[in-house]
Amino acid sequence: MTTDTRPPDTEPGAETDASPGRRRFGLTTVLGRQPLGIVFAAPYAVFLAVIFAYPIGLAVWISFHDYFFTAPGVVVDRPFVGLDNYVEAVSDPAVRKSFLNVAVFLVINVPLTVVLSLVLAAALNGAIRARIFFRVSYFVPYISASVAVVAVWLFLFSNNGFVNQLLGPLAPDPSWLVNKTLAMPLIALFVTWKQLGLFILLYLAALQGVGKELYESASMDGAGKFGSFMNITVPGVRSATTLVVILSIITGANLFTEPYLLTNGGGPNGASSSPVLVMYQRGIEQGNPDIASAIGVLLMIGVLVIAFINKRILERD
Amino acid sequence: MNIKKTSALGISLVFALSAAACGGDDGGSGGDAATSATGPIKIWLSNNPEEIAWGEKMVDAWNADHPDEEVTAQEIPAGKSSEEVIGAAITAGNAPCLVFNTSPAAIPQFQKQGGLVPLDSFPDGKEYIESRSGDTAEQYQSSDGQYYQLPWKANPVMIFYNKDLMKKAGVDPENPPLATYDEFLDTSEKIVSSGAAEAAIWPAPSSEFYQSWFDFYPLFAAETGGTQLVEDGKATFNSPEGEAVAEFWRTMYENGYSQNEAYNGDSFADGKAAMAIVGPWAIAVYGEDTNWGAAPVPTSAGTSAEETYTFSDAKNVAIYSACKAQGTAWEVLKFATSEEQDGALLESTGQMPIRDGLETAYPDYFKANPDYTQFAAQAARTVEVPNVPNSIEIWQTFRDEYSKSVIFGETEIADALSAAAAEVDDLAGQE
Repeated sequence: MTTDTRPPDTEPGAETDASPGRRRFGLTTVLGRQPLGIVFAAPYAVFLAVIFAYPIGLAVWISFHDYFFTAPGVVVDRPFVGLDNYVEAVSDPAVRKSFLNVAVFLVINVPLTVVLSLVLAAALNGAIRARIFFRVSYFVPYISASVAVVAVWLFLFSNNGFVNQLLGPLAPDPSWLVNKTLAMPLIALFVTWKQLGLFILLYLAALQGVGKELYESASMDGAGKFGSFMNITVPGVRSATTLVVILSIITGANLFTEPYLLTNGGGPNGASSSPVLVMYQRGIEQGNPDIASAIGVLLMIGVLVIAFINKRILERD
Repeated sequence: MNIKKTSALGISLVFALSAAACGGDDGGSGGDAATSATGPIKIWLSNNPEEIAWGEKMVDAWNADHPDEEVTAQEIPAGKSSEEVIGAAITAGNAPCLVFNTSPAAIPQFQKQGGLVPLDSFPDGKEYIESRSGDTAEQYQSSDGQYYQLPWKANPVMIFYNKDLMKKAGVDPENPPLATYDEFLDTSEKIVSSGAAEAAIWPAPSSEFYQSWFDFYPLFAAETGGTQLVEDGKATFNSPEGEAVAEFWRTMYENGYSQNEAYNGDSFADGKAAMAIVGPWAIAVYGEDTNWGAAPVPTSAGTSAEETYTFSDAKNVAIYSACKAQGTAWEVLKFATSEEQDGALLESTGQMPIRDGLETAYPDYFKANPDYTQFAAQAARTVEVPNVPNSIEIWQTFRDEYSKSVIFGETEIADALSAAAAEVDDLAGQE
């Protein structure tokens, strides 16, 4: 059975009084109530499309083809290979190890980042002496070049470095940077320390939105500092926590400089290699951008999934 | 617009652009017209000061006589490695005409990219290369039988030692026993146990694909009398000689004569290691501050210096296909590698032009600089990296297995070499 919903005297295709209104409604939906806004937003939208969306699109396309870089004008066959590059990437032990390493990195880095940055931000938000000095101190590693900061950590954690001299007989053997158990946690620690300034700043901004009267009420109700922190501060900066978690996951997924410099290319034996480092080796050094792109797409999907799960967990009511 | 709509739009954009990205290539390049075209050209030089000084003088000399074919030289742009920068330039179509720092290991990849001009396409190309470099030239031929690189200069590596540290360790500084593995290990033991240096020798224990050129490969070349890592499309290192070399280095690491953590700096210059595996460039770098000596790399049987092979550590010159004036590029290449310019290069850098009869070609230089004579003699017995498909992947595969078994002792050497050989055979057999 069919139902004709047209008004009784309306022929198919005939214009009705409602049509102009619908067209206006359609244009408003697409262009918004202030179409001029598009002009202002266009430069950044174009920037995003050219700098981010196009390379992602190209990477996805490359990952499904037998692809290698060629000089302009060189005609080569680049057949569609389906999931072959993904299968090759996933069956490569070095790739699997790098993903596992990043998982270890995230398990250490993300909770440590959240806890330390929140605690330090809360402390710096209070009336403590030399507050500006501490704020600047935490921020300096973040704005320093990784290469320079890595040199300091090499001085600290090399075999004859400061830390081992301090530890004496308690120094790990093999030493930190060539110890397959300790290399990745050390990198996680390094990145946590280096990025802390940014996340403290995010939490400091979020803390400004937590009403002082809540702390006063809690205090009148007999809550201690720890109780106030857990019951007012932590829930009060939940949206910032979501941001901090997602940003630290993205930072971790893009790990490259630290294993490249601190552990000499992901050593020992790939114990601190990262997917991006393996992508660099496969794609740039070894001329296999198709496999490198497959690794990149897998990494992107992984980050999106983890970020989505985190968002759902952290923002649930 | 809500988040769902924004996300949907973003994803659509990505997929639309991925479809747009699959555009094909157009056109082609090369041909007789291209190889005879003349005009101004650009060249890239290595970024070490001595080579730049030589390059600038060479360019001035050329430009003085060829105002219509002016050469503009610049250093290779900064990057993680020269190969990475050159590879990107090939893809972008803005590579210069000549790069005087092309690694032989990168040639197969650049060739596959369509980034190189076969030098055989010049009427006198093949003849010039073979008459200049003699039999050595053969190692630089690609699998299609053509030359995509001109073998330019070598830095044949030898064992460089610090005489003062040898003396401190109770070893004869003028003639330290380093010819056989046993002698080398014994000398190393004395250096470390005496506290003369933290390590006897400190090759970089890191995982970059090229690091094996400065630990395993020179000794493998010596042990096998000049065998490349891959020959006839098959790995050669899974052999008693390969195992002997790997076992030697394993003992060095196991006994602490070599360190498995990278030294942040120059271990030889800083006196942390008494020896180093280096080419003749080291004379200019260490010569003034270090009381040094040099010896051939060791072999199990202690081969005489006159029969010992080593790794060449060559850097070559190639003509890149983006070059419009390839005729000029070829003439500049011949000018820059002429007997006169090779002599000037030797004089200013101490690096050995890959030229047949090097010692007899420049007798005055070697008379005035006797320190370089042994490196010149060694230059006649060098082994290059194999010119095979997937060259860099092959070296990375080898390095990974070597690192596991030799540097960190996590796997058996025989198993590691066997696993690497199987993978290398597969890679070398691919197009």
